[in-house]
Amino acid sequence: MEKGVQKSLSTHDLAIGYGKNVVGQHINFELHLGTLCAIVGVNGIGKSTLLRTMGRFQTQLSGNIQLNGKELDQYSPLERSKNLSVVLTEQPASQNLTVLEIIALGRQPYTNWLGTLSAEDEKHIHFALDAFLLNDLKHRKCHELSDGQLQRVLIARAMAQDTPIILLDEPTTHLDLYHKVQILKMLQQLAHDQQKTVLFTTHEIELAIQLCDKILILDGNENPFGDPCELIEQKHFEKLFPSEMVAFDAKTGSFKVSK
Amino acid sequence: MQQSRTYRISFILIGLALLCSWILNLSSGSVQIPFEETVSILFGGIPKVEAWSYIVWNYRLPKSFTAILVGGGLSLSGLLMQTLFRNPLAGPFVLGISSGASLGAALLLMGMTLITGMASFSFLGDVSLALAASIGSFLVLAVVMIVAQRVKDTMALLIIGLMFGSITSAIVSVLAYFSSAESLQRFIFWSFGSVGNLTPNQILLLAGIVMIGLLLSILSLKPLNAFLLGEHYAQSLGVSLKKSRLVIIIATGLLAGGITAFAGPIAFVGLAVPHLTRQIFDTMEHKVLIPAVFLYGAILMLLCDTLAQWPNSASVLPINAITSLVGAPVVIWLLVRKRKMLF
Repeated sequence: MEKGVQKSLSTHDLAIGYGKNVVGQHINFELHLGTLCAIVGVNGIGKSTLLRTMGRFQTQLSGNIQLNGKELDQYSPLERSKNLSVVLTEQPASQNLTVLEIIALGRQPYTNWLGTLSAEDEKHIHFALDAFLLNDLKHRKCHELSDGQLQRVLIARAMAQDTPIILLDEPTTHLDLYHKVQILKMLQQLAHDQQKTVLFTTHEIELAIQLCDKILILDGNENPFGDPCELIEQKHFEKLFPSEMVAFDAKTGSFKVSK
Repeated sequence: MQQSRTYRISFILIGLALLCSWILNLSSGSVQIPFEETVSILFGGIPKVEAWSYIVWNYRLPKSFTAILVGGGLSLSGLLMQTLFRNPLAGPFVLGISSGASLGAALLLMGMTLITGMASFSFLGDVSLALAASIGSFLVLAVVMIVAQRVKDTMALLIIGLMFGSITSAIVSVLAYFSSAESLQRFIFWSFGSVGNLTPNQILLLAGIVMIGLLLSILSLKPLNAFLLGEHYAQSLGVSLKKSRLVIIIATGLLAGGITAFAGPIAFVGLAVPHLTRQIFDTMEHKVLIPAVFLYGAILMLLCDTLAQWPNSASVLPINAITSLVGAPVVIWLLVRKRKMLF
C-alpha cells in the first residue's frame, strides 16, 4: 500500500482544553492502521480531554486532527461514526440493556431508519461476541455484569461498529491485574489481527510498555511520541514522576518506589 | 438493536386485553348494558332497549376512543421522556409538563374571558385550547431540558418539576381569583379530567395530534435506542443530538399538551405505564416498547374510565382521581422494588 493512501489518524500542533483553560498543547502524533497506542501521563494532564477532543465531544482550541488526510470536522456525523468508535468511562445510561442489545447498537450507522439488522450486521455482532468471549453472557442485563465483563461488552460494541479507529478512555480502571492484561491483550489482537488503530488512555504504564506499538506521553510541553523502546532510551519515562518518589528502571521497564 | 425475543404472544395477549377492556368500557356506565348486547350493538344488532344503541354509538363509543387516545398518548409521552432524560421517574405529570399545559389552558379559559368577556366553544376555540396547552407544555419542557443539562441529578430534576407545578398552580390561583364564576367553573371541571363530552371534531383533532406524536416517535426510533447508551455514545453512533432531541421534545409536547387540553391534567399514566409495560415486555428496544406502551396505556385508561363510572351510579367520578388512586401506589411499589425501577 502506498504511504499516501494508507489510512491514518494524526494531530498537528493540537491544543486542547475548555474555553480559556488550556489543558494541553503542541500535541503531535501520527498513527497507522494495525497500531495499538497508549496515551499516558499524570492525573489532570489532559489524557481524557485529548480523547474527548478526538471523539468530537468537545472542540480543540487550535491545531487540527486529520483522518486519512481530511480534517475530522469535515466528516458528517454519519461518516464519522463509520470511521471512529469510542469506549468511554461512563456506563450505559440504561442498566436494563442486554449485552446483545448493547453490541447490536454498534451497528446503528449501517442500519436503515427502523434499525433492522441485515445478515452483514448479524455477522459483525456474532464476530464481536466471539472475539470478546461474550456468547454465554449475551442475554444478561447490563447491571448483572462485573466491571471486567462490562468493559468487554463496551469494547465489543465498538468492534461491531466496524470502524478503522477505536478510542478508549481508561479501559483498564477498576480492574484487577489479570483483567487489565486480558483487556489490553484483546485490544492488541484487535489492532493487529483486524488492522485497526486502537488509541487508549491508561495509567498502566508498565503494561503499556510491554504491549503497545506506540506510546504518547503527555507531559505538558513536549508530549513525546514513539515506540516504547525509543522512549525508554530517550529517558522520557524518568521525567514522568518526581524521582524522589518514584524511579523508572530502564532495564526492566518498570517503576520502583524510591527509598 | 437486536431483540432477544419477538414478543408475538405478548402482543396478541395485550391486543386481546385491549379488546376486552374496550367492550367492558362500552357496556358499563350509569346504564348497565349486558356484555353480549354491547357486542351485538357494535355489529349492528338491535338491542332489547332501543336507547342502548343510541348510548353506545353516540356517547360511549366516542368516549372510549378518547380514552384510548389519551391513555396511549400519555403513556407514549412518558416513555419518550424517560428515554430523553434517561430517568425512570420522568413523566409528563411529574416533570411539570402537564402543569405547563394547565397554565396554557387556564390562560385561555380564564384569561381570555377576562379580556374579551366571552367564552368560545367553536372549533377555533378547540384548536386554540390545544395550541395553548401545547405551547404551555413545550415551554416547561424546554426549561426542564435546559435545567437537566446543568443538573445531572435525578432527584433535583424531579424537585424542579415539582416547583414548576407549584408556580403554575399559583398563577392559576391568581387567574381564578379574578375570573368570572362561569369561566372558573369551566376550568375546574376541565382540571378534574374527563374523557367524555368531546365533540366529534375534538376527537378528530385529538386523534390527529396523537398520530403526529406517534409518527414522530416512530421516526425517532434509532436515536431513542441510541440515547439508551447515553448522549456521548449516541453522538458517536452518528446521531445528530440537537435534531433528534428537538423531534422528541416536539412529539412529547404535542402528546402531553394536546391530550391535557382535551382531557384535562391526567396524573400518573405517563409515568407508570412504561414501567408496567416493561414487566411484560422485558426489553428496552423502542420498536417493541412504543406499540406496547401505547396499547397498555389505552387498556389502563379504559379500565380507569370504567372504574370512574362504577357502580351503576349516575354520577361520574373525576378520572384524574382514579388514575392517581391506581397510579400512585404503582409508583411506590416500583420504587420499593428498586431493581425494577432501573432505567
